[in-house]
Amino acid sequence: MSKQLSKTTYQIPIGPIHPALKEPVQFEFTIDGERIVDVDVSLGHVHRTIEWTGMQRNPVQILYLAERICGICSYCHPMAFALATERVAGIEVPLRAQYLRVIHAELERICSHVLWAGVAAHEIGFDSVLFLTWQVREKALDLTEYLTGNRVTKAITMIGGVRRDITPDMHPTITEGLEFLKGSFKKLKKAFLDDKTVKLRSQGCGILTKEDALKLCAVGPTTRASGVKKDVRLDQPYFAFGDLDFDYVTPDVLTGEVNGDVYDRIIVRLLEVKQSIELIEQCIADMPEGDIVAEPKIAKLLATLKKVEGEGVGRMEAPRGEVIHYTKYTGQEHPYSWKVRAPTYNNILPWIPMLLGEQIADIPIVAASTDPCMSCTNRVTVIQKKHKQTLTGEDLHRYSIEKTRRLMQL
Amino acid sequence: MRFVMIPTLLGQMFKRPHTNKFPAKYAPGNTTKFLQNVGEGKAKLIPPVETPPNFRGKIAYDKDKCIGCKLCIKVCPTDAIIFKPEEKKVKFLMARCCFCSQCNDVCPVNCISMSDEFLLADTDKYSKDLIVEE
Repeated sequence: MSKQLSKTTYQIPIGPIHPALKEPVQFEFTIDGERIVDVDVSLGHVHRTIEWTGMQRNPVQILYLAERICGICSYCHPMAFALATERVAGIEVPLRAQYLRVIHAELERICSHVLWAGVAAHEIGFDSVLFLTWQVREKALDLTEYLTGNRVTKAITMIGGVRRDITPDMHPTITEGLEFLKGSFKKLKKAFLDDKTVKLRSQGCGILTKEDALKLCAVGPTTRASGVKKDVRLDQPYFAFGDLDFDYVTPDVLTGEVNGDVYDRIIVRLLEVKQSIELIEQCIADMPEGDIVAEPKIAKLLATLKKVEGEGVGRMEAPRGEVIHYTKYTGQEHPYSWKVRAPTYNNILPWIPMLLGEQIADIPIVAASTDPCMSCTNRVTVIQKKHKQTLTGEDLHRYSIEKTRRLMQL
Repeated sequence: MRFVMIPTLLGQMFKRPHTNKFPAKYAPGNTTKFLQNVGEGKAKLIPPVETPPNFRGKIAYDKDKCIGCKLCIKVCPTDAIIFKPEEKKVKFLMARCCFCSQCNDVCPVNCISMSDEFLLADTDKYSKDLIVEE
């Protein structure tokens, strides 16, 4: 064949709506044969005006709105908002509540990572493992339901504590659940780390180097799989994490080397499941007696928050990485401002170095390897009288400065 | 081992499925008719999986105890509670409810509680079953 033909590249658009995607996101791939030469990602297809809606509500109502930002991180978002609010109002959370908060956070991490493992197996066409993970996750969800009253929208968060206690008569069920999870962890570890099928598709695929991970500010398991020791739980301990014994999970703990590929991301998430089970056990053993909430009377709490002035940031290590909530109060019933930064936002740009040079068939597993959550990420949409408008970098910078000034004025 | 899932998969062939076949072994063509038959004793209903303790289901409201303080309206995240000024009582629209149980927590006289009922599907969002008034 002529030289001309082999150099031709093709454009393949995937999304916003595509059977391979679980949530709307648009990719524009430039393909040379089977290889990906260039990638462009565009977001903004699922904007839900959550922040604006929140600014018309009081802090207690926002907790339940924040819970609905993401179905899988339905504990991290309200808790990060509660942390931000507690910082503004200077509310001291009782010690027992701090431990209970860790238990729920880690239980959510188990559910999320196991779910991710199933999705990853499904993406490479290994559906029997998908059903194995679903079996494990079902038990974790049963435990969540037992502790909080619901499987997904837990409604356990309260500003200044949690809403439900763990009594000694609940311990046998929790221990039983944790034993089951430990047993299934061994099964999962074998299925993912020893099986030839998973290794074939994930080793050396979707590599994110340590330099790129640092440069692009990747967060959570994605960055830890590239060997960056970054974890909010250890860097800036919140809840009772400062009292607990655990360490950063990087793939070299198990294999002795860091490649930053999809296989490493599987290792990190699996080891974090084990770590979470151990953390829950530690918490249940060490939990002190005491109150579970700083102010049990919600009417009184709302009256206090109505007088509060100031701004606060809540940071938390969600299953996917660091989630940040910013909020500002100006002595009114509703917060003056509320800003959410979901972890997927940081994990989108690392897709580009990961996908470059890969084959078309590797797109689903590489894209899924960061555990993306599009609806959580979307914060801005520009629609103006049907005119198409593109914002340049300078425009965005100007808007950003204007917003900062607006917030500073008060 | 090269293919570690094979023993698990073979073992699975001799196990019973975990699925609880609610409401019947084979999905009925007409649910309303099926429920009618159950009521008349012609068909048998396979019961749903039991709810856990402290489950948050359909709201139960004790109208006589209610003092009309409107605190529940203030904390409701979904605007599901409507005040009736002439009798100074409230009504709950279950189609809007997000089952957070916050009204139950805030109520000073404990007139709101969460029942175990969760089968609330309906074609009309303002049907009689979905409005709790007493």
